[in-house]
Amino acid sequence: MQKVYTKIESIVGNVITVKADGVRSGDLAEVTTKTGKSYANVIKLDGELVSLQVFSGASGISTGDSVRFLGVPMRVSFSDNLLGRVFDGAGKPRDNGPELEDNMIPIGGPSVNPARRIVPKNMIRTGIPMIDVFNTLVESQKLPIFSISGEPYNQLLARIAMQAEVDIIVLGGMGLKYDDYLFFRDTLNKSGALSRTVMFIHTAADPTVECTLVPDLSLAVAEQFALQGKKVLVLLTDMTNYADALKEMAITMDQVPSNRGYPGDLYSQLAARYEKAVDFEGAGSVTILGVTTMPGDDVTHPVPDNTGYITEGQYYLKHGHIEPFGSLSRLKQNVNKDTRDDHRALMDGMIKLYASYKDSLEKKSMGFLMSDWDEKLLKYGEMFEKQLMDLSVNIPLEEALDTGWKILSQCFSPEETLLKSDLIAKYWPK
Amino acid sequence: MDYKTGRVAGVNGNLVKVKFDDTVIKNEVGYILVGEETLKGEVIRITGEVADLQIYEDTSGIKVGDEVKFTGELLSVELGPGLLTQVFDGLQNPLPQLAEKCGFFLQRGVYLDPIPNKDWEFTPCVKKGDEVSGGDAVGSVQELLFTHKIFVPFTLPGIWTVESIVEKGVYSVRDTVAVISNDKGEKKELSMIITQPVKVPIKCYEERVRPDEPMVTKIRLIDTFLPVAKGGTYCIPGPFGAGKTVLQHLTSKNADVDVVIIAACGERAGEVVETLKEFPELIDPKTGRSLMERTIIICNTSSMPVAAREASVYTAVTMAEYYRNMGLDVLLLADSTSRWAQAMREMSGRLEEIPGDEAFPAYLESRIAEFYERAGKVRLRDGSYGSVTIGGTVSPAGGNFEEPVTQATLKVVGAFHGLSRERSDARKYPAIDPLDSWSTYEGVIDKKDVDYAYSFVRRGSEVGQMMKVVGEEGTTLEDYIVYQKGEFVDSCYFQQNSFDPVDATVTIERQKHVFSVLLDILSSDYQLKDKKDARNFFNQLRQRFLDWNGTPENTPEYEKGEKEIRSFFEERKR
Repeated sequence: MQKVYTKIESIVGNVITVKADGVRSGDLAEVTTKTGKSYANVIKLDGELVSLQVFSGASGISTGDSVRFLGVPMRVSFSDNLLGRVFDGAGKPRDNGPELEDNMIPIGGPSVNPARRIVPKNMIRTGIPMIDVFNTLVESQKLPIFSISGEPYNQLLARIAMQAEVDIIVLGGMGLKYDDYLFFRDTLNKSGALSRTVMFIHTAADPTVECTLVPDLSLAVAEQFALQGKKVLVLLTDMTNYADALKEMAITMDQVPSNRGYPGDLYSQLAARYEKAVDFEGAGSVTILGVTTMPGDDVTHPVPDNTGYITEGQYYLKHGHIEPFGSLSRLKQNVNKDTRDDHRALMDGMIKLYASYKDSLEKKSMGFLMSDWDEKLLKYGEMFEKQLMDLSVNIPLEEALDTGWKILSQCFSPEETLLKSDLIAKYWPK
Repeated sequence: MDYKTGRVAGVNGNLVKVKFDDTVIKNEVGYILVGEETLKGEVIRITGEVADLQIYEDTSGIKVGDEVKFTGELLSVELGPGLLTQVFDGLQNPLPQLAEKCGFFLQRGVYLDPIPNKDWEFTPCVKKGDEVSGGDAVGSVQELLFTHKIFVPFTLPGIWTVESIVEKGVYSVRDTVAVISNDKGEKKELSMIITQPVKVPIKCYEERVRPDEPMVTKIRLIDTFLPVAKGGTYCIPGPFGAGKTVLQHLTSKNADVDVVIIAACGERAGEVVETLKEFPELIDPKTGRSLMERTIIICNTSSMPVAAREASVYTAVTMAEYYRNMGLDVLLLADSTSRWAQAMREMSGRLEEIPGDEAFPAYLESRIAEFYERAGKVRLRDGSYGSVTIGGTVSPAGGNFEEPVTQATLKVVGAFHGLSRERSDARKYPAIDPLDSWSTYEGVIDKKDVDYAYSFVRRGSEVGQMMKVVGEEGTTLEDYIVYQKGEFVDSCYFQQNSFDPVDATVTIERQKHVFSVLLDILSSDYQLKDKKDARNFFNQLRQRFLDWNGTPENTPEYEKGEKEIRSFFEERKR
């Protein structure tokens, strides 16, 4: 069934329509134009009219160009040959290596049966106190970094990737600046991690449709590695670009927008990707760390907002450090009960005091008299920021907890910390 | 069975246009035959000779001309013994059994029997010649802790006569246990399983009565200040990360009801897994049995098909009504109703309906109202009472409560537990905003006392706001003490330490007792020199109170803790 159609009925945005029969929803087609070939997939059927979304964009397509249906949905090759390679959003090599065509697997497969999921229980140590102590990262977690443009989110992502103990790293870049792509490649290369990395890179200059395929390609590959028993870390940067690509496509297809132009199914689209994070019983796991840039530092923007409802927490990266407020790892309680008995209480207590510090700081900036208590808080806040929040701090969890007690003891009397008396007896530095 | 048929004429996402051959019923179920697979769908619009079906599965691979079978039945669930402890998807497909069959992934087009083929000891309660109608029991079986009544189908119209009924004994769930006939000569065989369309509320009771009995959740802030009644409705709106699901999870564990139905609707799969793994291990203190024995989980998580998500809340509420009609108190927890509303929005968009606010369909409000109205306390035909309590979370976009789903929900619920970002950021659990939230139900503690305690929180918060402007030095000592008392109520009574085994769940008796001590503290005047002295006094009192909150009841330490608190503050009394 490889009939060629040579009459394109309409071209709107990146969508072309042809009259054809026997075509299945979701199938892949090859569009041949004067300048080259591009893949397209079927997104709508209406009688004999078939709408296709052209991956490389529809510009330059003539109404007389040919369309050949391949009879299969979009797929990607999966084997160990992927390691160390770089591909674009259509799955074509971006490095100078050969095209891979063995063991093709479909992308965007079905979701994992919730009854077969297991409760995540392995902590991923990062050496960053704001993560390890306050918002522990857990294997098979899905967590975005909320940030604004200009913050070192890609650096943070790369650092976590380097320090986390995983078998395979899959990097999905969407609308990535070319420089950032080079940064990732060089950093991974320098640390020797490139040989266990697969990259699917869509740069800002590439066609929009390919941007929307990057997460699916990355996650399909990651899922297969995980089924083979590998611990996989998927890095997706930047998911806001992905959402914007979805928006662009939805608008050109006359869909009713729901909020600031984004399509009504944005939540479901994002969820279908993030929910690929999983710990397979008796096999490996997929952990997803994404970047979501917040336009105008607005967390209520539809992309970070929908993301927050899907992911298991978020890290706010602001002014070069991970903010204690708003940052949250929802799975931390699965692991922080087994680290050290003071971990949870200290974590909560220090954050409550840091919140009071912020209040005092506000009062101070408005010119009010500082009480004794305010002075204590100001001292505490400063020490906290310097010794624990700073991103350059690189210490193991236990050392970070000890540092926490030390800071408390230097600023407060035991009962002012609101910590329970038995913990104070055990850990308060004498 | 003979089916009416049709052919696929178009595909747009999960909306499939079907040219039908004969007649078609709105909201009937149809199956699309795609190769070996059959995909379930529901007719949601009919124009001319084309029916629009929303498909409950991934639609890729469907082509124009594929055959469609119409069943003539509305979307229904099977009800019968064996529902408890089960985990279903939104269409009542049992997930663990599906996993056994298909492995890690949810294969589309696989539909298994929701009720396991099991033998039950059936005890009849009617005899040959008796008259029955829809919703009457013909017998019962013992399902775990409950006497599970076997009903005549609720939707069966008219009066029927029992032709035959089996004797007491062990029968398979699908065996015929009774035959009934009506005056038109129609005969019906009844097994222990009945089917019920999910969008048709189960009635078959004498009357609906006012919900007047509190449902204890063991969360102080809710039980004392913002109570929920059995048969009532409440909603928990809150931005992400404020703890909606944690609150729902704890309520599902601790609520003093007979049956809990958890509808995980469009939320994270990981959260359901926690429940799945944890509940079988936990013992219900009331019954001494595993918590799972009183639980049914309907789980249509965010990456599962959207249309089935829309159906899942109806599936859940239908099961709740079924157990209610046996005279049980049922709690339905829906997390999150916003995802359900979004599923409606996606469908509405595909149908190209004129959008309302934020592209939600115009019928959003009436659908939400219909859903919550299925809660209630009822007097049954045998004089006993049963109730369905519905608690729904709402996930407002941007945490802004002025959005359509939150507003539509607030209009129809009896209690509002609004979560606030500020409180959750400050690690205050539960993060329910004590001042914005409200309840119209009566609690266990005298309203007058509750209001008295509330007054300190309200005035304390006002003083706190004022202090931000005029500073601590511009506040009178009197106001400052009110502020400290307000903060005291917040940190010692509103907040609970969810990690502490004692403080995480507080019985209603303990709440009453602790609240009486709190009242004594609030109503006393203290000799305090200045603000520093006041702050120190309340800090120390708070430390003692928090330690006391973590002490198990009926122990010497508990009594000692109380004595210490009393002597500490009575010493400073004016």
